[in-house]
Amino acid sequence: MTDVNPSPEGHGQEPSRRDFIYIAAGGAAAIGGAFLLWPFIDQMNPAADTLAVSTTEVNLADVAEGEQLTVMYQGKPTFVRHRTAEEVAAARETGPNQIPDGDSRNLNLVEGSDATDQHRSAMAAGVRDGVEVDATLRERFIIMLANCTHLGCVPVGQSGDYHGWYCPCHGSHYDTAGRIRRGPAPENLHIPPYTFLSGTTIRIG
Amino acid sequence: MTIVKRLLVAAVGALALAAPALAAGGDQHHPEEHTWSFEGPFGTFDRAAVRRGFQVYQNVCAACHSMKLLSIRNLGEKNGPFRVMPDPEHEGEVIEYTNPNDNPYLRAIAANYIIVDGPDSAGEMFERTGRPSDRFPSPFANEQQARASNGGAYPPDFSVIVKARHQGPEYIRSLLLGYGHEVPHDVHVAPGQYYNPYFPGGKLAMPPQLREGIVDYEGDIEATPEQMAHDVVAFLSWASDPKMEERKQLGLMVMIYLFIFAILMWFAYRAVWANVEH
Amino acid sequence: MSGPSTYKPSTGFERWLDQRLPIVRLGWDSFVDFPTPRNLNYWYTFGGILAVCLMTQIITGIVLAMHYVPHVDHAFASVERIMRDVNYGWLIRYIHANGASMFFLAVYLHIVRGLYYGSYKSPREILWILGVVIYLLMMAAAFMGYVLPWGQMSFWGAMVITNLIGSLPIIGGPITELLWGGFTVGNPTLNRFFSLHYLIPFLIAGAVILHIWALHVPGNGNPTGISVKSSRDTLPFHPYYTVKDGFAIVVFMLVFAFFVFYWPNALGHADNYIEANPLATPAHIVPEWYLLPFYAILRAVPDKLMGVLLMFGSIGILFILPWLDTSKVRSMRYRPMAKWFFIFFVVSALILGICGAMNPDDPSPFFGMSYLWVARIFTAYYFAYFLVILPLLGFIEKPKPRPASIEEAVLGPRAHAAPAAAE
Repeated sequence: MTDVNPSPEGHGQEPSRRDFIYIAAGGAAAIGGAFLLWPFIDQMNPAADTLAVSTTEVNLADVAEGEQLTVMYQGKPTFVRHRTAEEVAAARETGPNQIPDGDSRNLNLVEGSDATDQHRSAMAAGVRDGVEVDATLRERFIIMLANCTHLGCVPVGQSGDYHGWYCPCHGSHYDTAGRIRRGPAPENLHIPPYTFLSGTTIRIG
Repeated sequence: MTIVKRLLVAAVGALALAAPALAAGGDQHHPEEHTWSFEGPFGTFDRAAVRRGFQVYQNVCAACHSMKLLSIRNLGEKNGPFRVMPDPEHEGEVIEYTNPNDNPYLRAIAANYIIVDGPDSAGEMFERTGRPSDRFPSPFANEQQARASNGGAYPPDFSVIVKARHQGPEYIRSLLLGYGHEVPHDVHVAPGQYYNPYFPGGKLAMPPQLREGIVDYEGDIEATPEQMAHDVVAFLSWASDPKMEERKQLGLMVMIYLFIFAILMWFAYRAVWANVEH
Repeated sequence: MSGPSTYKPSTGFERWLDQRLPIVRLGWDSFVDFPTPRNLNYWYTFGGILAVCLMTQIITGIVLAMHYVPHVDHAFASVERIMRDVNYGWLIRYIHANGASMFFLAVYLHIVRGLYYGSYKSPREILWILGVVIYLLMMAAAFMGYVLPWGQMSFWGAMVITNLIGSLPIIGGPITELLWGGFTVGNPTLNRFFSLHYLIPFLIAGAVILHIWALHVPGNGNPTGISVKSSRDTLPFHPYYTVKDGFAIVVFMLVFAFFVFYWPNALGHADNYIEANPLATPAHIVPEWYLLPFYAILRAVPDKLMGVLLMFGSIGILFILPWLDTSKVRSMRYRPMAKWFFIFFVVSALILGICGAMNPDDPSPFFGMSYLWVARIFTAYYFAYFLVILPLLGFIEKPKPRPASIEEAVLGPRAHAAPAAAE
């Protein structure tokens, strides 16, 4: 800065003290600017009302065998599928080692659980204290987020090479446990956290 | 800089001209002064008073006055009245419930409300008990129904009532306690109206509400009209401006920072101009 | 932008860029090595402060538009949602709302400085006119912005202002309907006001670029009103005026922050926290403080059309001010009579502001006269200042002796006695 200073009287002060003041003032401006940036970024994060409305309740008794209900959870479509006994059996024939993504992708389980059908179905879900849930119902039902793990399209049910779900956007095939078998999607369909509130109702989230 | 002084003197003079006029009122009484915990640059809400005030709101006001911009969860959000509560198991300790959805006090409050939700898969609306994420249900379906039930008067929504009235806290407290004055002979009070000198025009459709003991307070505090008015105004002030404490806390930091920054800039200015005549 | 450029590209890349897009040269010549009179006082810092105000309003406004819903059923609730649920929404909205007031506070001080030091005089007439254009755009932006929260004052303010235009003969009715997009203020009105409120700040930014360009051709005025004569009259803009403006900006931000954090609703009106109700007008409707003097002028005339014309005239007159002031002396420092007429002009503008806030029929402390009559007297002075006093003073006033140069004004006559000591 002293280069552009044309002060005719010359430099009376010690340069070091001047430099300190300039650095301190410039530093204060930079720190203030950095702190000021945060509110303008944070305002884009989900607001308190968006975070609060984050649970969805579903009555499983409404979903007959072989049918699928799509509900909204946190604004996202979510499959609630009542599988047939054949579909469960078909899914159980395939182990986690035989498929591209061996992870259960289930938020109800500890991270890294393997992708067995038991870990994908409602058997992995939590149950509220004192509630009894029919075991057949738990192995038949599967609840998954409906967005393809490739680029977010909603796959079509009971179609594709594995008779589970088929994503028409880029051709990802999922099996009857929602596990990716062929195509560009990298992961199995994600399973949100949910709990049985009674023998037939679940709360997602 | 003499122009600054002259203009300042002129401005003060002009304001002095206005001051008596600003102070002059009509027949409407000026709200009574009162001391609040939330006044001043460091003022905070008295959580216990806000909780008692919520009880008054629920038991007395909510029969007619909606609060449609607030949700039950707000009571348990940061600086809310039900966020930090005494620990029932360890005397003298407190628990902070960081997620309003899991706050047992809020769940209990929510369970008192019947919420119309839906449509369900059959297309029907259904009723269910409340959850903390629900908004406070309004006592009337719409303004017309509210007017029909209140002799043509519309009980205002309470969400931002304190900010929506000049001198909000003092005004509302004075209004609540302002019944029972002798009616001046030039004021005609029609049936279904009540005289209250703090209300603009002096007549309103709301009967006096805060009777001794209309609410049961926990503990030793007696539910006198003065106490209930104080408490409900504390609650409404919180409801109107729930971010007040956060605002004042951040404000203190910002003011300190700007003050230091201004001093640094002053010295930088002096250093740059040190050898320049100007 | 004036005189030969002193920019010397130091690296190969800078030379390469300079031959293709000399943007660094433009910035260098405009804000680094720009020769600026050495005697500018703090009144001259409001230009920089206003640039900060404009940026603040644009940035916070863009953020608010991410959350605001321009629909009559949702606007009020969406603003309260910003205040309650959006992360730091309360902060951003209070900055934006108080920022409008701060913007006007700074622009009024900027205008007062221009009027006192004769900044509108030759060769800076276009600079002044561009400033008046910016001021008009600011008023339009502020008015439409005030409508957006859809409170009672928003709605009734929009109603009153749009009806003003309806007073124009023949075209008034059709224009009002065009503005409303209906038969009264309603959802279409709110929607287009939101769109225009978003647009106008960018028009202001464009006008500001022209304003700075027009400033940089003749260069800054200064408190003496004497033109720059030699390089000894000036200092480079950086670091001298960057640091001085910087200091002033931080002090201004202290005032700004005080309002945002400790008195955020003081400059607004309580009625605007009541949702708009087309069935009930508030007992006492007033515009925001920065429009009050013009509101007083509007009400001073009993005829609707004349009131509107007078109100627009009170701003329109500023466009021809450079030609109304006949004095050859720029700065009122050397104009003993004009100085006092000017100070009284500022006082009368403040009094008009008070009249605008009051019920016109109430008695004022000014000899018990009603505010209506006080407003009439000071409205008359407002126009007389521009139309009578300034044109006549140029002929009858005897200016005080002025220094020969800025250098002499700063250093005293000794600068001429010993010029050799300078280098």
